[in-house]
Amino acid sequence: MAERLLMKGNEVIAEAAIRAGCRHYFGYPITPQTEIAHYMAKKMPEIGGTFIQAESEVAAINMVYGAAGAGARAMTSSSSPGISLKQEGLSYMACAELPAVIVNIMRCGPGLGGIMAAQADYFQAVKGGGHGDYHLVVLAPNSVQELYELTVEAFNIADRYRVVAMILGDGMLGQMMEAVQFKDSEDIRKCDKGWATTGTGLERPHNVITSIDTVPERLEAVNNRLQARYRDIAANETRVEAINCEGADIIITAFGTVSRIIKNVIADAEKEGVRVGLIRPITLWPFPSQAIRDYSAGAKAVLSVELNAGQMVEDVMIALAGAKPVYFLGRTGGMAPTQLEIVGKIKDILGRAS
Amino acid sequence: MKTVFKKPHALTDTPFHYCPGCTHGIIHRLVAEALDELGLEGDAIGVAPVGCAYNNYEYFNCDVQQAAHGRAPAVATGIKRVHPGKIVFTYQGDGDLAAIGTAEIVHAAARGERITTVFVNNAIYGMTSGQMAPTTLLGQVTSTSPTGRKPELHGYPINICEMLATLDAPVYIERVASNSVKNINSAKRAIKKAFEIQRAGLGYTIVEVLSTCPTNWGMSPIESMKWLEENMIKRYPLGVFRDRTAEAKASAAAGAGVGAGNGAGAEAGAAGGASAAAVAGNGAGAEAARAGQEARNG
Ligand SMILES: Cc1ncc(C[n+]2csc(CCOP(=O)(O)OP(=O)(O)O)c2C)c(N)n1
Ligand code: SF4
Ligand SMILES: [Mg+2]
Repeated sequence: MAERLLMKGNEVIAEAAIRAGCRHYFGYPITPQTEIAHYMAKKMPEIGGTFIQAESEVAAINMVYGAAGAGARAMTSSSSPGISLKQEGLSYMACAELPAVIVNIMRCGPGLGGIMAAQADYFQAVKGGGHGDYHLVVLAPNSVQELYELTVEAFNIADRYRVVAMILGDGMLGQMMEAVQFKDSEDIRKCDKGWATTGTGLERPHNVITSIDTVPERLEAVNNRLQARYRDIAANETRVEAINCEGADIIITAFGTVSRIIKNVIADAEKEGVRVGLIRPITLWPFPSQAIRDYSAGAKAVLSVELNAGQMVEDVMIALAGAKPVYFLGRTGGMAPTQLEIVGKIKDILGRAS
Repeated sequence: MKTVFKKPHALTDTPFHYCPGCTHGIIHRLVAEALDELGLEGDAIGVAPVGCAYNNYEYFNCDVQQAAHGRAPAVATGIKRVHPGKIVFTYQGDGDLAAIGTAEIVHAAARGERITTVFVNNAIYGMTSGQMAPTTLLGQVTSTSPTGRKPELHGYPINICEMLATLDAPVYIERVASNSVKNINSAKRAIKKAFEIQRAGLGYTIVEVLSTCPTNWGMSPIESMKWLEENMIKRYPLGVFRDRTAEAKASAAAGAGVGAGNGAGAEAGAAGGASAAAVAGNGAGAEAARAGQEARNG
């Protein structure tokens, strides 16, 4: 059986990428994700890979563009302000259909903000972020073990659909030490990349990677192809964890770090005779709308708990389309709601709902 | 029947979309001829800019990636690191390279990426209809400097070759022009040399080609060629600003590592190179750089 190790979240992301066959990492230092770069700087030269500390996040994402277009499994990582700088590149990659993995270990904003954990980049991650009609596949792990599994999966999904997959974590998850078990490499599914720019060798027509088309009919066809692919992804790749939802009085929706607190809230509330269910979207895009409708069918209300001023709650409301009252509890600036605060909010809501 | 003129294999059959008299077409042809003559088309991976040449993949038969505005050197870096044995080149205008993409070009050159840049300087933003570029000459009228470029308002033109020649890593930096048979022949020699240096894995190479934009300069093609000769070359002297081919070869042979910038020999040579380049940059001409270069090589 595979080894079980105690490792830091950020280092596990880097190790997972390497195990997934990523040999090209490009990044620019920013807290709280820098351990990923440190790990890559040390490991990549040992295994014949490339680590480049780019001149900026803008350059780093464009190096990923080039490497992905050349057929490699490539990756970059950053944290909120740096992710903002990468949005141009992400939009281009979406249109050029380039597979890659990007990691956002979120800190709190807006602006330079602070380095404490937050989830305030949800909108940016799931609604496109850059210009144009496109999506990233957004995976939101809540443990170090999941950081490993979802990073490997991010490379698989990216290659399979020719999209960019994002790991959306936060400083708490990135800095946390936890046990992790690496699986065997059957996890890794590689795809033929006949479209990549590898040199024609004078043996095939040239391959072109581009995001520009000035003919409206053709560009609409590109958009239609992307949208069809997004529908496929939504049908095949939506992931969600549901805990204690059957017979629950209230359903909490939460992702990433904050969902760990909810597991304790369930126990606390149980003592007070309230049954709380948790729906944890693992893919934030595609969003598990159907699961949210199904698992909350018997509950009186839904409460979204987030480390922001109210972002995922909008998708919860869209999913429920008025079928249930939806409430929100969030903290910002690097603060997190306490169990007591959340239980208080639940009692408040149920008092109103009954 | 004897064939006296033939399209290079590295160009497709698609007719150029460039304006009449625009020298982008000539420069495409030079790149293609160089690839043909060196037998490199099948190994070449180009990176297209944002600018009038944004879709040069319609014309080049080799693999091409189109990059965001100014980012071509970063994209090329990614490609080259995946395929170190291939010939990777960027083709960039002066807005693309000298304004929005300044950081990317400087750092790709400073890292000594083993890529080649073909830098097409027409002193204007062609594609977006004639705005001032960082390379626009003093006094030059553009749609965003309607009364002429004024230093107190717009600052001074940027001389990219001279600037990059202050870095240690680049192996070959030359400025050429596309306005006469003599200059075009010299441009072709320079592009070929850059590809040869890359093929040998020696380091970063850039060839700046002074180019025309009759449409946005508001001149006929012939007037444009004359304007280039009389005005641009004064500000942007032609010549070699860096040639460390011999040193780079020597340090490669000695197994000194990647590019010219990393070897101890290159470091020793760097001080001389930088000062020679500084002389050239002050307008004394590239001759000074070449003389300094030869002194060090000798
Ligand atoms: C991010 C971004 N900003 C601005 C533009 C608009 N734009 C397109 S081409 C161009 C200037 C190109 O000029 P140059 O690089 O000199 O190329 P030329 O057309 O002269 O060959 C600009 C500003 C863009 N496409 N993307
Ligand atoms: S606008 Fe200028 S640079 Fe562009 S194709 Fe026309 S002449 Fe050439
Ligand atoms: Mg220009």
